[in-house]
Amino acid sequence: MRVEITDLDLPLGGVAGVGLRVEPGEFVGLIGPNGSGKSTLLRALYRALRPDDGVVLVGGDDVWRSLTARESAGRISVVAQHGGDGFDFTVAELVATGRTPHRTSPSADREIVAAALERVGMTGMAERLYSTLSGGERQRALLARAVAQRGALLVLDEPTNHLDVNAQFELLGLVRSLGVTTLAALHELNLAAAYCDRLYVLEAGRIVAHGSPGDVLTPALLAEVFGVRAHVGVNPLTGRPNLTFAPLKDTFEETGDPR
Amino acid sequence: MTSSRLISGRRYPLAVALLLVAVPLAMVAAVSLGAVDLPAADVWHTVVAHLTTGRRPVDVSGIDDEIIWNSRAPRTVLALVAGAGLAVAGAVLQAVVRNPLADPYVLGVASGASLAAVAVITLGGIVGLGVPGAAFVGACATLALVLLLGSRRGTLAPTRLILAGVALSYLLQGATGYLQLRAQPGQLSGILFWLLGSVSGAGWDDLAVPCAVVVACTAWLTFQGKRLNAMLLGDETAAMLGVAVHRFRLTLLAVSALLTAAVISVAGGIAFVGLIVPHAVRLLAGPDHRRALPLIALGGGLFLVLADLAARTLSPPLELPLGILTAAIGAPFFLWLLRREGPVS
Repeated sequence: MRVEITDLDLPLGGVAGVGLRVEPGEFVGLIGPNGSGKSTLLRALYRALRPDDGVVLVGGDDVWRSLTARESAGRISVVAQHGGDGFDFTVAELVATGRTPHRTSPSADREIVAAALERVGMTGMAERLYSTLSGGERQRALLARAVAQRGALLVLDEPTNHLDVNAQFELLGLVRSLGVTTLAALHELNLAAAYCDRLYVLEAGRIVAHGSPGDVLTPALLAEVFGVRAHVGVNPLTGRPNLTFAPLKDTFEETGDPR
Repeated sequence: MTSSRLISGRRYPLAVALLLVAVPLAMVAAVSLGAVDLPAADVWHTVVAHLTTGRRPVDVSGIDDEIIWNSRAPRTVLALVAGAGLAVAGAVLQAVVRNPLADPYVLGVASGASLAAVAVITLGGIVGLGVPGAAFVGACATLALVLLLGSRRGTLAPTRLILAGVALSYLLQGATGYLQLRAQPGQLSGILFWLLGSVSGAGWDDLAVPCAVVVACTAWLTFQGKRLNAMLLGDETAAMLGVAVHRFRLTLLAVSALLTAAVISVAGGIAFVGLIVPHAVRLLAGPDHRRALPLIALGGGLFLVLADLAARTLSPPLELPLGILTAAIGAPFFLWLLRREGPVS
């Protein structure tokens, strides 16, 4: 499902004049330092923050002006970190909340939930309480909910935060294997380089660069936007771009550490 | 750890069936026991005769018929309806403001109803409303005021709503206290009974509105179960699951206030039912509203029918206010549930 955002102004995060496109089937990453407006931008996409101005088209329809909340949630599945253990839902019940926008029979919902749990490899944990899961398991459960929601667009807001390295690969690998159009705000630049088809770079609420990871992740851009010195090489294991970082100002010398 | 719910999966229909049997049994018991004990068979005959022919059966005396049909039956039905309504309203408000301590009175609705009722008792009917009518108006006016005070820039943040409700409650309670001081000695017991809640004054005429409201609201809310579940997860999550959060919250507040107002305008401020029954059911059956709300309605009704029976029979000839009973039965049960192994919602 295609996403087209044009001239978007938001009341928060300084997001102004933002435009981006995601083509059907693409995995597009949104990167930028803390506070650059990544999450804020995504919130306007899934109807949690009403834009001051601009247009958000998903599948050709205006999310805010021509779709209802229910219709837009039928198209857009979201994995985001918003608090709370709920009132002690089991994993299956939490995944079932993904069926909220759909008017399907309880038995159909049960099958869809079971299939979603199997998709993320959590069939055996269906009756566990969500609040007792580890961080990686929680993210997989939220991804299962997004799968059960059956949106043709998947929006991820920093899905790999607080996950150990193996769980990060596992989660993004799962997302890729779904083959759904995906727009993800990512914190970890090497993950963005490894998994995304294209990247958009946000700085202080504005898009400052976009393109393939190889084109976008240059030492000059990383110095300007993230304030770090970067070396861009090739990951010997995967052949994808591989970034190594150091502080822009050489603080190691001051502490006497060898470089 | 898997969930340690007593009512899970296949046991759910069994639990509903048990309650559907227990409620009529408890009601028959509640009508047959009291200052005069009447045989359960007479109770059954009388109720069936009135419902089918509209007349009392020939083998039941006029006095017994009066006690059964005009005194104990309506109060038992009111207890059922009030318990169900308050429990459902409490459950919904706990989801709407996402606070486990919320109950039907958290938004000040009961304080508004109490002030209006006590005003009518002490000052007389000012605008031609009886006590129930005034209480209903007082409840609705309070909700409107809380919504007005609790909203800012078109949004209703749960915390701000609770704070507005609590603040307004104290103000209204102060006014109620002042009216109590000014009351004639003869009015005090009436005021006390109203404030603590009672179903003793019920007649059939009082029941139509609460019955209709409780049945209609509970059915509608159960139908909204999916969206209520989404609300439990927070505004942001509810929005991304397709709930128009602001409008839905406003609707839910109005519906639960309507439920509360319809009940307390007839039965007074019965405490505790709306707080503990939803929690008890969630601890036993989980938080999914589609499964929990029917159990909450039946459980709340059953609880109050039994509480009213106890209120009438524990220390005759004195009849205890319901609020004392609901607290005395409810608090220990609640504490037992909390002490059980398992998570606290």
